[in-house]
Amino acid sequence: MDFLASIIPVLDSSIRLATPLLLACLAGLYSERAGIFDIGLEGKMLAAAFFSAALAAITGSVWLGLLAGIAASLVLAALHGLASITFRGNQLISGVAVNFLAAGMTVLVAQDWFAQGGRTPSLMGGGRFAPIDLPLADAVRDVPVLGPLYSDLLSGHSILVYVAFLAVPATWWILFRTRFGLRLRAVGENPAAVDTAGVSVVGLRYAAVMICGLLCGIAGAYLATALQAGFVKDMTAGRGFIALAALIFAKWRPWHAMWACLLFGFLQAVALRYQNIDLGGVVIPVQVMDALPYILTVVILAGFVGKAIPPRAGGEPYVKER
Amino acid sequence: MDKMPKWADVVLIPLISLILAAILSALVILGIGEDPWAAVKLMVSGALGSTYGWGYTLYYATNFMFTGLAVAVAFHARLFNIGGEGQAMLGGLGVALVCLYIPWPHWTLALIAACAGAALFGAAWAAIPAYLQARRGSHIVITTIMFNFIAAAVLNYMLVNVMRPQGSMDPASARFPEAVHLPTLHEILAPFGIGFSKAAPANFSLIVAVAACILVWALIWRTRLGYEIRAYGHSETGARYAGISPYRITMIAMLISGGLAGLMAINNVMGEAERLVLNATEGAGFIGIAVALMGRSHPFGVFLAAILFGFLYQGGAELALWTSIPRELIVVIQALVILFTGALDNMVRMPLERLFLRLRKGREA
Repeated sequence: MDFLASIIPVLDSSIRLATPLLLACLAGLYSERAGIFDIGLEGKMLAAAFFSAALAAITGSVWLGLLAGIAASLVLAALHGLASITFRGNQLISGVAVNFLAAGMTVLVAQDWFAQGGRTPSLMGGGRFAPIDLPLADAVRDVPVLGPLYSDLLSGHSILVYVAFLAVPATWWILFRTRFGLRLRAVGENPAAVDTAGVSVVGLRYAAVMICGLLCGIAGAYLATALQAGFVKDMTAGRGFIALAALIFAKWRPWHAMWACLLFGFLQAVALRYQNIDLGGVVIPVQVMDALPYILTVVILAGFVGKAIPPRAGGEPYVKER
Repeated sequence: MDKMPKWADVVLIPLISLILAAILSALVILGIGEDPWAAVKLMVSGALGSTYGWGYTLYYATNFMFTGLAVAVAFHARLFNIGGEGQAMLGGLGVALVCLYIPWPHWTLALIAACAGAALFGAAWAAIPAYLQARRGSHIVITTIMFNFIAAAVLNYMLVNVMRPQGSMDPASARFPEAVHLPTLHEILAPFGIGFSKAAPANFSLIVAVAACILVWALIWRTRLGYEIRAYGHSETGARYAGISPYRITMIAMLISGGLAGLMAINNVMGEAERLVLNATEGAGFIGIAVALMGRSHPFGVFLAAILFGFLYQGGAELALWTSIPRELIVVIQALVILFTGALDNMVRMPLERLFLRLRKGREA
């Protein structure tokens, strides 16, 4: 029982830390499956984090904050779409620009609105997402093994955590069981074929990019209004890139994305909790844990453990033949 | 057959993009309730109004020349090296090892060795993503991003656990010995009777950076290797048909790119801080992207763009000091420059091409 008691808090924070990764990862999944590379996940999350925290602080309503965060993320997504779909620019460069734009604008606006050195005031009460107790959580707590797992691990998260994990089957269903999903995947593999079939490549790609913006918006709002109480400068701290890493790790598949994000969330949770890990003589420094998601991704990319093959038309702007 | 004269491509489009970025930046400043014109005046006087200001402007420009050249060389081979930040961090490690553990009699010798160390470490850090791209087909952008984070972890580990002097709490290396001190512009110019601010950090590395610009120009446009790099960047299939090995070009271009990014460390680590600290690069690796885009990947363009960004950096610092506009304004400006000169290039190019076509038709008729 001792083992369970010590592992549950780590798994619990793994879930908390995996949630923004998962939302951003699914966001990238839609975009990249439609053939639009997006290294601007980080920027969209950051902008959403700021605007959700700012609106929640001003209005006292976390739901308005969530809407503002999603709106901010959608604006950046539209910008990315404009650059990479309409003007057929370099998607990678556009993503870099989005990241910088968010990093600069959030601090600039935060300083102008709140004058607290680029952060928002701390959120309290209705300005934050409260934990939700699943039904019967208290009643079953004393049941051995399953009780603590249910009431301590699965219950007591904010609603966005459940949204994120429900988004996994939803994404799978949309991508692999609907006509929209079939077309979306096709546009990432062979846009010319989709065009020939009389379906708008531009429309589909914009739809994918906007879904990406929506999910990044939720991810950012989760960071600032559920995981933490308010926005601080650069608070995404590379999560957008870890989400990108998880996406590659999962080879652009929804269920695998969930497991990859849980794994990376677990690594973060362990690094936060234990710092240097002593494995009986061999000490693993905390920096190794920090770098592990990136190292694992490079190994996957290198094809030493299975091959990660991105959607074939990824990164290529579509030019209609005439 | 070209739709546009060359001068329009090289001068007009970047200029229009720059003006668009400037207009939007002005709107941003207006939006946060400050006067853009006053801000520009403050930036100009702060960055260019004194030798102190120039000293900082040129110091930043030196950093950006190295990282801008690094991105530009890779661009010529159509490789997008986002890893300049990580490569420059590792370059700093190379410089610190050379300066700390070898007793140098004179700074000139130390500089040569430090350049070698910086370039070697930077190139080594670029070599792995290059190899993975060339041999295993993993996307170089993603791997270089990952390597930035891994580099940060490596540097963090080295500074906290290995290089930190005993008894110090600071995650930083020991101070470099006096003998490896690089002369600042003040010390270089004083014998000529030119009074240059003592406090400014611009140093001998500036001359190395300018030399690097000239060498890269010669490499790209005056050597067989440079021709092969450009040919490869222009068309991979064409280059392959001409007997150019994609593996060789990818490796060489990235090694040169990483080496140049690493070289930045002689300016900020050896020339300015004179010890290795966490986050020594201060994002200069990323600014290299904007610099290379604005400079159209030409070393002379990179030189000019680096000075412009040096001005923005120092001017932005002055703004933050004297007004309530935070330093992050430069990040916004940088983002707008990358957006307009890189991603939205076609937005400016397409209407201009149409205009030039119409002009030509009018002349021929």
